[in-house]
Amino acid sequence: MHGSRLRRNFLTALLLGPAAAWLVVFLVLPFIAIAVFSVGERAPEGGYQAALTLAQYANLPARATAFWNTMVLAPVGALACLLVAYPVAYYLALQAPQRWRLILLALVVIPFWTSLLMRTYAWMYILGGRGIPALLAFIGIEDIRLINTPGAVLLGIVYGYLPLMILPIYVSLERLDRRLLEASADLGATPISTFLGVTLKLSLPGVMTGFSLVMILLLGEYLIPTLLGGGKVFFIGNALVDLFLQSRNWPFGSAIAITLVLVSVVVLIAANRISTRVSGARRVDLI
Amino acid sequence: MSKSYRDGLPISPENFVDQLMRLKRGSIGRRDFLGLTGLGIATAVMAREIGIMPTPAFAAENLGDRMSIATWPNYHDPATFENFKKDTGVAVEVNVFGSNEEMLAKLQAGASGWSLFVPTNYTISTYKKLAIIEPLEMAKLPNFDGSQEDPRFTSEGTIDGTTYAVPKNWGTTGFAVNTKKLTKPMTSWKEFWDTAMAEGDGRTMVHDYQLTTIGNALKYYGYSFNSLKQDELAKAEELLLKVKPHLFAVSSDYQPGMRAGDAWMTMCWTNDGAQLHRDIPEIAYVLGKEGGEIWTDFYAIPKDAPNKPAGYALLNYLMNPQIAVKEHLANGAPSTDARVNKLLPKEVLDNPILYPAADLLTPLEFGAAATLTDPGRAELMARFKSA
Repeated sequence: MHGSRLRRNFLTALLLGPAAAWLVVFLVLPFIAIAVFSVGERAPEGGYQAALTLAQYANLPARATAFWNTMVLAPVGALACLLVAYPVAYYLALQAPQRWRLILLALVVIPFWTSLLMRTYAWMYILGGRGIPALLAFIGIEDIRLINTPGAVLLGIVYGYLPLMILPIYVSLERLDRRLLEASADLGATPISTFLGVTLKLSLPGVMTGFSLVMILLLGEYLIPTLLGGGKVFFIGNALVDLFLQSRNWPFGSAIAITLVLVSVVVLIAANRISTRVSGARRVDLI
Repeated sequence: MSKSYRDGLPISPENFVDQLMRLKRGSIGRRDFLGLTGLGIATAVMAREIGIMPTPAFAAENLGDRMSIATWPNYHDPATFENFKKDTGVAVEVNVFGSNEEMLAKLQAGASGWSLFVPTNYTISTYKKLAIIEPLEMAKLPNFDGSQEDPRFTSEGTIDGTTYAVPKNWGTTGFAVNTKKLTKPMTSWKEFWDTAMAEGDGRTMVHDYQLTTIGNALKYYGYSFNSLKQDELAKAEELLLKVKPHLFAVSSDYQPGMRAGDAWMTMCWTNDGAQLHRDIPEIAYVLGKEGGEIWTDFYAIPKDAPNKPAGYALLNYLMNPQIAVKEHLANGAPSTDARVNKLLPKEVLDNPILYPAADLLTPLEFGAAATLTDPGRAELMARFKSA
């Protein structure tokens, strides 16, 4: 008895060990280092110099615009993603023929096998002067500039993060009990009110998962706005890159990074709360 | 059937340039590039057949079999390193960097693993202050001849009589203009900034680099490129904030935009200007008559270099004018060494992009170490970018 429990504990530790070690080495230790940096000072030649001060945090307003831009980009980008992803997920889960479903799902996931940097670079050339504008000029529409516009950034974001939104919504729609839809129709509901009252409501956990997943990633996004937006709008991600690699003000960069992590945690908790309140409490199960 | 000389070539010139651009963007590695273009095989064959490579004077010293160099993208003739390996048995691993600050950060962190690297003039005093570069033993560099170097370009490599770095090549920071789109001739930074807000609206790029973007905004008012004065920087900031909404992009990767015709005008370094003009003749390179930046890239050896003998051997090899001339033909930047200039073809020396007239060079300033590390300028740049 005693021996088998010990053995089970040992087995648990053995199985959890690699993941735990990975988290400690690559998440906890760097986080502690950044927390220590954030109360330090910038050395005269750049880098970090030991100190115990909250000056870096007091200086946060100097990046207020970057925070504000990020707080706007993240929800707007996630919402745009959602609007495109929901019909796709709906079709995949409820309309697509069974034998096509797997192939279509694979098509959603396959672009992920290529790095986001490469795919965003490809968009630079598609939207650039020798891409779509050249085609438009061919049919007589001259001097259209697509690259380095807010529309290009939005397109890049929707394209880059779409699978992360489609998959959770697909999963929640796929589990939907079809009999609920029939019941709704039998009771005289129009297709629209069935969709709003049944389908949408029951898929909300998936929507919230996808939304918070995309939004958290967008809080740290800097690549797409730099490559497709021409670096003209400054996000927190851009501020961090500049502070670590250009002006090498590590303590200030660390203070911003810590603040960003805290904001992300708050967003996650809030999304979780909303998701449970809206749908979880009213979950209906027909056996 | 055509009888063009191109028939039977392993690769067309257009395809070669495409592969070169892919290499530059990092889409393919150097190895892939050499394979795709046939350069690797060509080099290997050439090096074996023609025994032109000089033997280093100290070949007796044990050089090991590998070393690593940190440098800039598209900055060397790949054949140089292949030949060096043939000569000495030392394989050279090339690390490519995007900015001096990244190089400094890596060296400061320690254990970079480099035995040679390519810092720009304004960083050398900082490296010396941080004691992370080696005073060079000139006896190990017999191919270097200080008397043949233009002192204007070499002075920052020597601090208090000790040489810490020897020059690779020099260049300028001006601007490139698509003269088909912006037909009014321009000669000054004042015209650059004014045009950006008028005919060049939505088509102008500035560097994502505080040294040059703030420096060239200061030139609008005739102030020093390196100014750290509060009132002068305030004026430059005012100009930058005014120009910001008219810009096409804030980015140091300006070749794609200029080549595609989306951007009509950009701040530009010599080698990029030469490459753009070579491929698209209507793109001109202009040096502002008020002045601006002149720069020299140097070779230096880190204090903690794991293979100093090989670092010295490669440096000495690169200082051989016969080798250096190929380097210059490959990367397009002008040389500091009179012996190399003698070997360069006339059309290179007459190219005003590479070797501008003396009266345009006179007002140019070297970037200063204090300019680069100044926190005030870093914050100004952040305000400009977030405006």
